[in-house]
Amino acid sequence: MNSKSGKIRSGKINAGHTLVTPYYIFFTLFIAYPLIFSFVLVFHRWSIIGPLEWVGLSNFFELGGDPLFWKAILNTLIFILIHVPLQVSVALVLAAILNSKIPAKGAFRAAFFLPVVVSGVAVTILWKQIYSTNLGILNQVLHLIGIGPIPWVTDPSWAMPSIAMMATWKNIGLYVVLFLAGLQGIPKHLYDAADIDGATTVQKFFHITVPAINPVFIVVLILSTLGGFSLFIEPYVITGGGPMNSTLSGVLYIYRQAFSFFRMGYAATIGFALAAIIMTVIIIQRRFLEHEAD
Amino acid sequence: MRKSRINSILLLFLLTILAVMFIYPFIWMVGGTLKPEAEVMEFSPFGSQWSLDSYRSMLGKIPLFRALINSLVVSVISTFSVLVLSSMTGYALGRLHFRGRNLIFNIILFTMVLPFQLTLIPLYVLMVKFGWVDSYAALIFPYTMSAFAILLFRQYFMQVPQDLMDAARLDGLGEFGILFRIFWPLSKPALITVGIIHFMGIWNEALWPMIVVRKVSMMTMPQMVALYVVGGQAEAQVGTQLAAATLMSIPIIVVYLVLQRHFIESMASSGIKG
Repeated sequence: MNSKSGKIRSGKINAGHTLVTPYYIFFTLFIAYPLIFSFVLVFHRWSIIGPLEWVGLSNFFELGGDPLFWKAILNTLIFILIHVPLQVSVALVLAAILNSKIPAKGAFRAAFFLPVVVSGVAVTILWKQIYSTNLGILNQVLHLIGIGPIPWVTDPSWAMPSIAMMATWKNIGLYVVLFLAGLQGIPKHLYDAADIDGATTVQKFFHITVPAINPVFIVVLILSTLGGFSLFIEPYVITGGGPMNSTLSGVLYIYRQAFSFFRMGYAATIGFALAAIIMTVIIIQRRFLEHEAD
Repeated sequence: MRKSRINSILLLFLLTILAVMFIYPFIWMVGGTLKPEAEVMEFSPFGSQWSLDSYRSMLGKIPLFRALINSLVVSVISTFSVLVLSSMTGYALGRLHFRGRNLIFNIILFTMVLPFQLTLIPLYVLMVKFGWVDSYAALIFPYTMSAFAILLFRQYFMQVPQDLMDAARLDGLGEFGILFRIFWPLSKPALITVGIIHFMGIWNEALWPMIVVRKVSMMTMPQMVALYVVGGQAEAQVGTQLAAATLMSIPIIVVYLVLQRHFIESMASSGIKG
């Protein structure tokens, strides 16, 4: 008996590593190697042909004084500051409505979710036309109520907010579904008990609903923030980063440095700095929100 | 009673307006592709006459059918690979005992929070070194496994009763047999979730193809369509741009309409677990 179970155990040892072998290969090639090589690249100048040229910390010094890099960070912050509050508030309201007794819930949910599944390229091509200053249907509608024409993507101060609104339209269905799942997880007896205690709707919302969906809120906040730092195809298609670099994003700037100017070392340094900023922001958000939740 | 009735009618009205804001742009887009070019920007989705000129003109300029084949090849192989390989790792991590298991689990957790911006350029350099630029290899291999899928499978497999495994072992099944013949049939929701999320992600992915592909014949649909619109080939003909966007969207919308409930449930569960 003993020797038999011992045999099975030793069999398991081999089987475990056999089954994980694809991951060992995948991890080595596509995660570990790029990760290590990124630490090499940031200290070099390299056009991808020819040898790497050691430049010490000069990529970082250049980055620190690069107005376009800081412009990209600022643009990302503008995006996040508009996108996140809009996304969270509208998604939460929609989820709350869909969680009440309303006919055709499934159809509404499906409608809000539709843009989530469609490619960002298609959505951006569509919105590029919707946002057209002189001919777009958005300004046509606003004209009826006496507003506009608004230079949605042709004016530097409007362009990034317009992209943030478009991204909200594209992603909100996902967040409605997440909030809805959170709301449906709240036991109904909590509300019944609150009713007996004579709590108002607003009180119930802040004392029962909000604490219960706090984990979802953290997920939404983190995903939206990551989305802001990952912006690429939207500004690429709609404005090419303009006007006056007002929609230049971090990833678009990496792409430009790497494939327009063939500066692999500098492009990798931008990626490195962005990753550091992303991880810092997310750690702060988590700390702050988990602290709030206590 | 009456007050709540008025409330729900108001809510329904509000929801309907919002739903129109989400659906109408797509109707306008498809309508625009079927109108004469001069009428594309008008608000109504219907033109004075039907016209397929936008599709003809666009398909005459870019080999979109070729891009559709590329997108299908890349998305199907990659999704299949993620299901098979990630479930293997998830099974080993969840159900087998072997040295280093916890270390691997922690590494996978760590890779989930690693921003892609960090490895984007070094990964491109690797593709250049392997001579994979302009090939399916570059489009598929970096997407053959996913940390999210491994963790989801691990969690799901941990709930399968031990008795089933023991019985399968007594029947002489090896670990691969247990995984694919016992665990897979019991884990359809996890397989569907991973399959949908991964397929959707890679079908719509534009950045990575734009980095590793230059040759038109190797482009997937998002890349080819984005370059068509941005690169000047579309010559400011809005109808042809919308036609390209429409053709690119139809396959995924059809899949969505068929599997709608699964799409929404998958995304809901992914968010909670992620």
